[in-house]
Amino acid sequence: MAAMFQGVGAAAALSSLHSNSFDSKNFLFSPRRSFSVRKAPSFVVVRSDGTMNLDLNPEGRRAQQFIANAVATKEDISAASSSKPGHELLLFEALREGLEEEMERDPRVCVMGEDVGHYGGSYKVTKGLATKFGDLRVLDTPIAENSFTGMGIGAAMTGLRPVVEGMNMGFLLLAFNQISNNCGMLHYTSGGQFTIPIVIRGPGGVGRQLGAEHSQRLESYLLPIPGIQMVACSTPYNAKGLMKAAIRSENPVILFEHVLLYNLKERIPDEDYICNLEEAEMVRPGEHVTILTYSRMRYHVMQAAKTLVNKGYDPEVIDIRSLKPFDLYTIGNSVKKTHRVLIVEECMRTGGIGASLTAAITENFHDYLDAPIICLSSQDVPTPYAGTLEEWTVVQPAQIVAAVEQLCQ
Amino acid sequence: MATAFSPSKFAAQPFPLNTTSQNNPLTIPTTASPFLGSTRKLIRLSSSSNLNLRRRSGTVVKENKSQSTPNLLITKEEGLELYEDMVLGRAFEDKCAQMYYDRKMFGFVHLYNGQEAVSTGFIKLLKQQDFIVCTYRDHVQALSKGVSARAILSELLGKATGCCRGQGGSMHIFSREHNMLGGFAFIGEGIPIGTGAAFRSKYKRKVLKEADCDHVTLAFFGDGTCNNGQFYECLNMAALWKLPIVFVVENNLWAIGMSHLRATSVPPIHKKGPAFGMPGVHVDGMDVLKVREVAKEAIGRARRAEGPTLVECETYRFRGHSLADPDKLRDPAEKAHYAARDPITALKKCLIDNSLASEADLKAIDKKIDEVVEEAVEFAEESPVPPKSQLHENVFADPKGFGIGPDGRYRCEEPKFAEGTALD
Repeated sequence: MAAMFQGVGAAAALSSLHSNSFDSKNFLFSPRRSFSVRKAPSFVVVRSDGTMNLDLNPEGRRAQQFIANAVATKEDISAASSSKPGHELLLFEALREGLEEEMERDPRVCVMGEDVGHYGGSYKVTKGLATKFGDLRVLDTPIAENSFTGMGIGAAMTGLRPVVEGMNMGFLLLAFNQISNNCGMLHYTSGGQFTIPIVIRGPGGVGRQLGAEHSQRLESYLLPIPGIQMVACSTPYNAKGLMKAAIRSENPVILFEHVLLYNLKERIPDEDYICNLEEAEMVRPGEHVTILTYSRMRYHVMQAAKTLVNKGYDPEVIDIRSLKPFDLYTIGNSVKKTHRVLIVEECMRTGGIGASLTAAITENFHDYLDAPIICLSSQDVPTPYAGTLEEWTVVQPAQIVAAVEQLCQ
Repeated sequence: MATAFSPSKFAAQPFPLNTTSQNNPLTIPTTASPFLGSTRKLIRLSSSSNLNLRRRSGTVVKENKSQSTPNLLITKEEGLELYEDMVLGRAFEDKCAQMYYDRKMFGFVHLYNGQEAVSTGFIKLLKQQDFIVCTYRDHVQALSKGVSARAILSELLGKATGCCRGQGGSMHIFSREHNMLGGFAFIGEGIPIGTGAAFRSKYKRKVLKEADCDHVTLAFFGDGTCNNGQFYECLNMAALWKLPIVFVVENNLWAIGMSHLRATSVPPIHKKGPAFGMPGVHVDGMDVLKVREVAKEAIGRARRAEGPTLVECETYRFRGHSLADPDKLRDPAEKAHYAARDPITALKKCLIDNSLASEADLKAIDKKIDEVVEEAVEFAEESPVPPKSQLHENVFADPKGFGIGPDGRYRCEEPKFAEGTALD
């Protein structure tokens, strides 16, 4: 079984160089070529026998094998020989690697948050970094989210590049004042004088019976804030890539991680790479229906995809990754091809990412739709503690299968 | 003789709880022995303790006469600089009021009349690379820091030539050049920003090894802010990490219509400093020389990496909270009491009495400032308003943040983006 990676190699390095040279007052754009990586994503297909193809035509490959799992399963790993390029790690290690590499690359990059230093981070994302970089660069803060997030913003305004960790994204509700008013607004209200190259990250989402307050999805609360970007990682590959891109970005970026995805394992490239902050990720090309998802729900979707394929359907699965702004190009191309859209998200139904996405698709691609958009979201309830209730709160693969069958009638 | 420099006579009187200024204005704020107690605390940390104690409890005038050689706190040049800065602040604010009532300026405008000694006393000791952060009552601190009157006035009129391109307004004055970090509408939210700037100074010194980075941050805010969580959280963090910051409380006794005494369980704000491990000092905020002396001490502490200081300046705003505030709750007797302690009149008297400047010198400064303000008005009125194309600029430092449109181009690449209509 071939494990497929999205290797963007040199093209990504080129586009990242250009993204760093952006000046808000001077729109000098790099030549079309550097953006062409979006129009025809190149895939490095690594086969189990160790040979590689650089595949520039994803269309042609659809007839070949597809990923049944976004995550390399045990069989894949054992089949892979040590001559395979790249190295294997877990998602939280990928985040750490990305963070560490950026801290080595730029001494202005620093981390602040609760228990990020000596404790190594409550999800081990910053493990070992305090020993390596010192207590000031990996700062253990008191429990004062609003103030230390504001402190991060002040440090960003005056020349540092902080990465603020919310121990749980839900805790950042206490920092809402700073995120909305200052993080999002100050570049604008100062007339462009101050930039806020801050990254705010942390785990959110529904875990295993963590209770209502530890199971929140903040992406919908933060979505309307002007001036920020939001991305959600879902694999070790894009976790590291998005972390690095977020740190290098001149904009404030909020990186949403998920409590249940930290132990995902994947083989990622050795060389330096980033993932474009504004792009969505094609997980599985298909013909019949476009399924848009992000974060943990990607795995429920892929599980449902197995069932769907066995039933004869050919779903196209896109991990939108960029929650703000939406990648309307990738999404639009898919809608134009399949004419049917299913959104699967963990956000609440009311005012969630899916609601916004439904509106954006309807506005831009209405003529291409053969059926109303179906949006599967979590129930509008505070996440219950009981395991059974919690399971019914989030979207399960069976519901996804049913929704696709309904869409494709 | 009650001069503006008389020491506070309030020390012995007990705290009147639950009073408004209708009762006895003279027994109100910041009274009680902590005044001297906290000053003593600061003095213990300073090397020239005896001398400072003498200066703080006396007046400049009295000391001068009691010593054989003049031992003035300022030179003539410094005195004139302080005078000019305060007059600029006063004239500018008065001009704002005039333009507001002439319906040329709109929105919420919060004026600083009466509090000039705090801004001038502190900020004139700073270097350009030092940072300041304020609340919405920020015009005069910006002027003291060096932002030009024309840039601020243009901003207040919403013109494209304003310091923030007309996008910030009265409550959001920013200047990268002069390291003015804002201008914040929600009280308390600027204090963490200032704490971050102080953190950056320490980071530069310790991590980036720029040994000469001794930049100090001043955070200005009022008595109302001192009941807000962010204030306490930042006192804690600043003391914990010994950040080079001075927390300057402009205690003008009123948060719109809420008297400080009605809102605060323990009114002396400077007392809260030692609770967090930093010196807390109370100073007469109507006396620019006293403020300056305390400021020297506090800023010096920060520059020497000895940590933060909390300075409570007892001051008063002569006008309402904003130009929209009818200001009916404050007792006229209280207002009269503080009007008699006008910091500008007091400094003028001090300079003349000590032969540091003549009436003519000061009048020349008055005239010069009038011209500066008039010129600023002309410039602002003649400046253009921002065009529609400016609407989406500066939302993102990197405009790729607007995302990729359906046609595959980044939204900011679309031709209509420059017209401000691409995102309709």
